[in-house]
Amino acid sequence: MTVTSLGIPRRLLEFTIDGQAVRMPEGSTVLDACRAAGKDIPTLCQGDTLRPKNACRVCVVEVEGSRTLVPACSRRAEPGMEVRTDTERARHSRKIVLELLASSVDLSTTPQVAAWIKEYEAKPDRFGPDTARLNEEPKIDNDLYVRDYDKCILCYKCVDACGDQWQNTFAISVSGRGFDARISVEQDAPLTDSACVYCGNCIEVCPTGALSFKSEFDMRAAGTWDETRQTETTTVCAYCGVGCNLTLHVQDNEIVKVTSPHDNPVTHGNLCIKGRFGYQHVQNRD
Amino acid sequence: MDLHFGDSKPTDDERAAVDALLGPPESSWEGADRSDADLRWARGGREARDRREMLLPGLHAINDRIGWISDGALDYLCRRLTVPPAEAYGVATFYAMFSVRPRPATVLHVCTDLACAAAGASELCAGVEARLGHGASVQRSPCLGLCERAPAALAVRAGDPVRTAVSAPATVEAAVLAAGSPDSAPEEPPAAMAVPQAGDPALTLLRRVGVVDPCSLDDYRAHGGYTALRRAFGLGPAGVIREVTDSGLVGRGGAAFPTGRKWQATASQPDHPHYLVCNADESEPGTFKDRVLMEGDPYALVEAMTVAGYAVGAHRGYLYLRGEYPRALRRLEHAVAQARARGFLGDDVLGQGYAFDIEIRRGAGAYICGEETALFNSIEGYRGEPRSKPPFPVEKGLFGKPTVENNVETLVNVLPILTMGAPAYAAIGTDRSTGPKLFCVSGGVDRPGIYELPFGATLGEVLALAGVRENLRAVLLGGAAGGFVRPDELDIPLTFEGTREAGTTLGSGVVMAFDDTVPLPRLLLRIAEFFRDESCGQCVPCRVGTVRQEEALHRIVRRTGAAAADDIALLREVGRAMRDASICGLGQTAWNAVESAIDRLGAYE
Ligand code: SF4
Ligand code: SF4
Ligand code: SF4
Ligand code: FES
Ligand code: FES
Repeated sequence: MTVTSLGIPRRLLEFTIDGQAVRMPEGSTVLDACRAAGKDIPTLCQGDTLRPKNACRVCVVEVEGSRTLVPACSRRAEPGMEVRTDTERARHSRKIVLELLASSVDLSTTPQVAAWIKEYEAKPDRFGPDTARLNEEPKIDNDLYVRDYDKCILCYKCVDACGDQWQNTFAISVSGRGFDARISVEQDAPLTDSACVYCGNCIEVCPTGALSFKSEFDMRAAGTWDETRQTETTTVCAYCGVGCNLTLHVQDNEIVKVTSPHDNPVTHGNLCIKGRFGYQHVQNRD
Repeated sequence: MDLHFGDSKPTDDERAAVDALLGPPESSWEGADRSDADLRWARGGREARDRREMLLPGLHAINDRIGWISDGALDYLCRRLTVPPAEAYGVATFYAMFSVRPRPATVLHVCTDLACAAAGASELCAGVEARLGHGASVQRSPCLGLCERAPAALAVRAGDPVRTAVSAPATVEAAVLAAGSPDSAPEEPPAAMAVPQAGDPALTLLRRVGVVDPCSLDDYRAHGGYTALRRAFGLGPAGVIREVTDSGLVGRGGAAFPTGRKWQATASQPDHPHYLVCNADESEPGTFKDRVLMEGDPYALVEAMTVAGYAVGAHRGYLYLRGEYPRALRRLEHAVAQARARGFLGDDVLGQGYAFDIEIRRGAGAYICGEETALFNSIEGYRGEPRSKPPFPVEKGLFGKPTVENNVETLVNVLPILTMGAPAYAAIGTDRSTGPKLFCVSGGVDRPGIYELPFGATLGEVLALAGVRENLRAVLLGGAAGGFVRPDELDIPLTFEGTREAGTTLGSGVVMAFDDTVPLPRLLLRIAEFFRDESCGQCVPCRVGTVRQEEALHRIVRRTGAAAADDIALLREVGRAMRDASICGLGQTAWNAVESAIDRLGAYE
């Protein structure tokens, strides 16, 4: 069930994208407008349920009158704006950002990024053999989920989801700074010593697979993870009366992970530990 | 908020350090013993969360007393302030002057930045590292703002109270002595020693430095202090803003935004309260003018902040001072306390019914906190990461409220504007760059220091005053974020428009001279290293771009011509994306100086 909130009627703003006139409701972002106009803008750190953090800078576009490029995901549309999405300048920055990211972290489980790397002709290898990489070992300290920060692009989505935007648990934050910045709990301790309540909402929003179900992590390691053989079934969680929607990902008749629809107006993709991880009883055949 | 604390306990010292700042805890919710009342009442909520801005002072309190921040100490501070430990850990690890690992009580910060590098910082480092045993740790540091006395070292010994000593120009012996017994290290020379023109009656901004006693409010008043504030009260807030607008004053921090317009925009915001922030986080390598002003004439800044606060309708001003300036901190703390005691700050300033007070906040070693919005985050107790704009600070700044932020030099200009009047002030300098300007001259000159000249003096004139030497190879204008110019470009007029026309920048007023003995590729490598170190890490072009640039510069340190061509092309491509797509000025300007060295100096030809 998808309910789209219409809200109060909003004024329409008029501006142009690549020379074409567009009209969007007040409050829309440039990205909303670009997508409505059918433009393909790559995004990595933008999240449909979170306030834009505009950290990755892969969605940059040109806006007339602006000295620098503008992140489409966070800039609000303004009347009279002249946006250009596909200029040489914007494409150059996107290409470099993709090269910088792909040369420093493992993007192998980031959806769509391979296509963008091809489209922008990014060559992550060209920085030479002495290139600094994250080179983190996966952190496996509990049975529910794995943190593989070698794949982390520091999009801050997990921090925002764990913090004031959804979960209000504040178990993770960014520590260090610059290239040494990492997502971590206090004192960089194991997750089991932290404030984490294992809601898994950070996994839900992670765009790179840096955070993943232990089940998925293990199956990938064993080479048995195969999304083409998975089915997705959305149902209602049976644990309590809130009634969250669960999407069960099933491979070979086993639940391999649980997500939740982001367009659900009550939960916006968030669950608690029971809905997210408490599925063993379903497949317990003893 | 559902806070979870670990079970590590603070030591008595750690607890005392925090309690000295925040007062004793009242309830077991924040670390006191359990009382009957605790069984019935929960504490925290909004009132406690409002104390988050005490996080940075709290981290300082622990670090000052113990020398590092243990799990137990951090946990206790978090309880006291209702801050999630993960976030506090993120904040503590953001700043270079804090450590979350045990370390000796004494830390010797040895500057390895440009002026000091040229004056032999690497030998100094090697020397002190060899001499200092387990009692102290040596930390290579970015510019300490003592460039006129390069090479420089700053010793900090934790304890109650914390002791500091500066050694500059430092020898291995002097630096080791400063670290070994900070209390008996020789007194620093007075601030006026950094002002070769000191005492010259033609000076405007520096006129009191070396003349006035920086510890005496009466002496300040005897030298014309507080006449500007009286005039301000006579003019009313709108009148002050009109004077400042008519004077043509633009920000001296580098961005050159018209000050009057900024004040007007803040003053007219319907949202309240309004805040004033003085950016004294002078961390641009090669810049030390704000330090000299604050050490030599601290009341001038207190008065100027009061005027600015009055004009924009603020009742609270934050003075954000970089953590590497212990003497400026002492002078300003004293000045603020005196001004408060004498009715120049407080509920009723000068009996005019205007309430204004100043709070000093100390940075902890992060260049990025000089970025205006990063500075807000730092004061608020968050990581010093820049916010994306819009919204602009005049609308949503400190604590989300309309805020005016100016740096020290800009604010101090407001005093002569009010005492001499806008037209007389505007007559100084050129049409588009009005007023006097401070230049920080260092490197290969005979008389390094702060020079005050009207806008429009040429680069050659400034260098001549400072006694430039024969074999000049290059001049860095505007600091590490600025650009190099050649010795045959000394007729560039030092105005915003003049430097722009010459394809370079005035930036923060740095003029650093390098003679032909300085190995240029090494210097460029240091600049790249600086930006890689100081990037907050928030956005990809800067976080990774600065690393890739440093790698490329490493590869070509000993290469020229065709052998360097590939890497230079790579530097340009990455640099262009950093300039275009980074969130803030740090990433946007990080490649400027290196680019200018390649284009103007032919660094790798
Ligand atoms: S772990 Fe995932 S969600 Fe968190 S910052 Fe990294 S990439 Fe983003
Ligand atoms: S996910 Fe948690 S909160 Fe939601 S219905 Fe299930 S048990 Fe209840
Ligand atoms: S440009 Fe650099 S310093 Fe500025 S926000 Fe980005 S990463 Fe941080
Ligand atoms: S998607 Fe816009 S900056 Fe990351
Ligand atoms: S103090 Fe060393 S370069 Fe400024």
